Amino acid sequence: MDTMRDRLAPVVSRLLDEDPRVAVVLAEIGRDAFTEAWHRHPDRVVNVGIREQLLVGVAAGMALTGLRPVVHTFASFLVERPFEQVKLDLGHQDVGAVLVSAAASFDWPAGGYTHMAPGDVALLDTLDGWTVHVPGHPDEAETLLRHAVAAGDDKVYVRLSVQANRDALPVDGEHFRAVREGRSGVVVAVGPMLDAVLAAVEGLDVMVLYATTVRPFDAAALRRATATAGADVVLVEPYLAGTSTAAANDALAHVPHRVLGLGVGRRELRRYGRVEEHAAAHGLDARSLRERIGGFVAGAGGGGS
Amino acid sequence: MTITEERGRTYGYGDLSRLMGLMTGDEKHGPAATSTLDALWVLYDRVLRVAPERADDPGRDRFLLSKGHGPMAYYAVLAAKGFVPVDWLPGFGAYDSPLGHHPDRVLVPGAEIGSGSLGHGLPIAVGTALGLRAQGLDAPRVWVVVGDAELDEGSNHEAIAFAGPAGLDRLHTVVIDNASASHARPGGIAARFEAAGWSAVTVDGRDHEALYAAFTAPHPGRPHLVVARVEPKSA
Repeated sequence: MDTMRDRLAPVVSRLLDEDPRVAVVLAEIGRDAFTEAWHRHPDRVVNVGIREQLLVGVAAGMALTGLRPVVHTFASFLVERPFEQVKLDLGHQDVGAVLVSAAASFDWPAGGYTHMAPGDVALLDTLDGWTVHVPGHPDEAETLLRHAVAAGDDKVYVRLSVQANRDALPVDGEHFRAVREGRSGVVVAVGPMLDAVLAAVEGLDVMVLYATTVRPFDAAALRRATATAGADVVLVEPYLAGTSTAAANDALAHVPHRVLGLGVGRRELRRYGRVEEHAAAHGLDARSLRERIGGFVAGAGGGGS
Repeated sequence: MTITEERGRTYGYGDLSRLMGLMTGDEKHGPAATSTLDALWVLYDRVLRVAPERADDPGRDRFLLSKGHGPMAYYAVLAAKGFVPVDWLPGFGAYDSPLGHHPDRVLVPGAEIGSGSLGHGLPIAVGTALGLRAQGLDAPRVWVVVGDAELDEGSNHEAIAFAGPAGLDRLHTVVIDNASASHARPGGIAARFEAAGWSAVTVDGRDHEALYAAFTAPHPGRPHLVVARVEPKSA
């Protein structure tokens, strides 16, 4: 299967052809895939070199003139390194852009911690007005990229990963989707976590919601789910554990509830290796998830991490 | 006095001290407060193709004040040129005033960017120049004013090193040099821009004719730097 990132340049290149507002800003990473688009639109495909503060500043300047910039690099260099530019050049200047990241959590484990940014969504949560899409399949990535570019002047983050589910589901860029019914708890599986979650809850009487747009958080969907499945909620996120725990708590503020937030741990592993090894180390493989989800829904005080 | 009356009036350079006094409560201002004043006045009075009624005109020049500290001179010039009502000035810094100690583009008519955190204006100006070029808007020029110590911020150097080789000849940077950088070498500012392929001129930042000549000097194919030297901050 191709990766979500393999879809980026083809999709955005078509959007460049269709919409004169669209521009692409790169900082070397990912530029080869845009060579053809750059030949067709030399003024709207810009590579600023290895300069990530300029990457975001340039996008902001373009947006101030009315363009719709799509900005792409690895998450570490898109959200973390130029975080103040994201906060001020986009947010404070009151302009929008589409930030498309790759390799956020542990897509390239052999590359080590310098190329990991599991806190990306949590960081964006400190800012106002960001839409965050976390596709779980290349087809979903394509759909959500189109949604993101078409979203007026909104600030949109699209988190692409090499981790993916086997099959794509319909996504609408807004709502959680119930993919499994159950009566003893709700598991929210975010993006590429779905396959592992479905394997983990085999035989458990839990409802599973699939989330590919996590900000804004679909509080109504979670409330509806808990009305039938009870208010024990497990969040399984492919980024920093607990990132959406506050959003889930806010959604359920009117009822007694329990929330377990699973995801990537804070502790730096200092390990290389393969994606599967890192998923297991963070307890995000099906076996670990089953243990933790099963223990949690089995009763108050049970399980957890 | 009403906004209409103020807008109907013509203000000159000689009025700026009084306008600044409406913000500071004092008509005498030290060199630090007025370091940008002459460059801003010459730009708004003779160089920039901007006007209050052209605020949304895609063909207007873009002026970006990156050095957002001490914006009284900027607000005074914006008031003198009719962008900001003069009766806003006494509220400077108050809770319900649009005029803060750092400007906010959402609140200040005529302000193209909000600034305050140093090192953001020049990269945004590069993007503005690229955005105008991408839309075939060839007339508008882009100006950004930075301070000499602001150039300590590395983000500027990402922009300087890109804009020269990219041939962004519509981009103009004015460095107000009041020797406030703690670590600097004589001539270092112009040298760094020139090394990146910019055209560069250094002038007396209080001499209006010298500023005008520097601002309007031809620089085909290259972005343009004007270093406006004023009294050292520490003097």
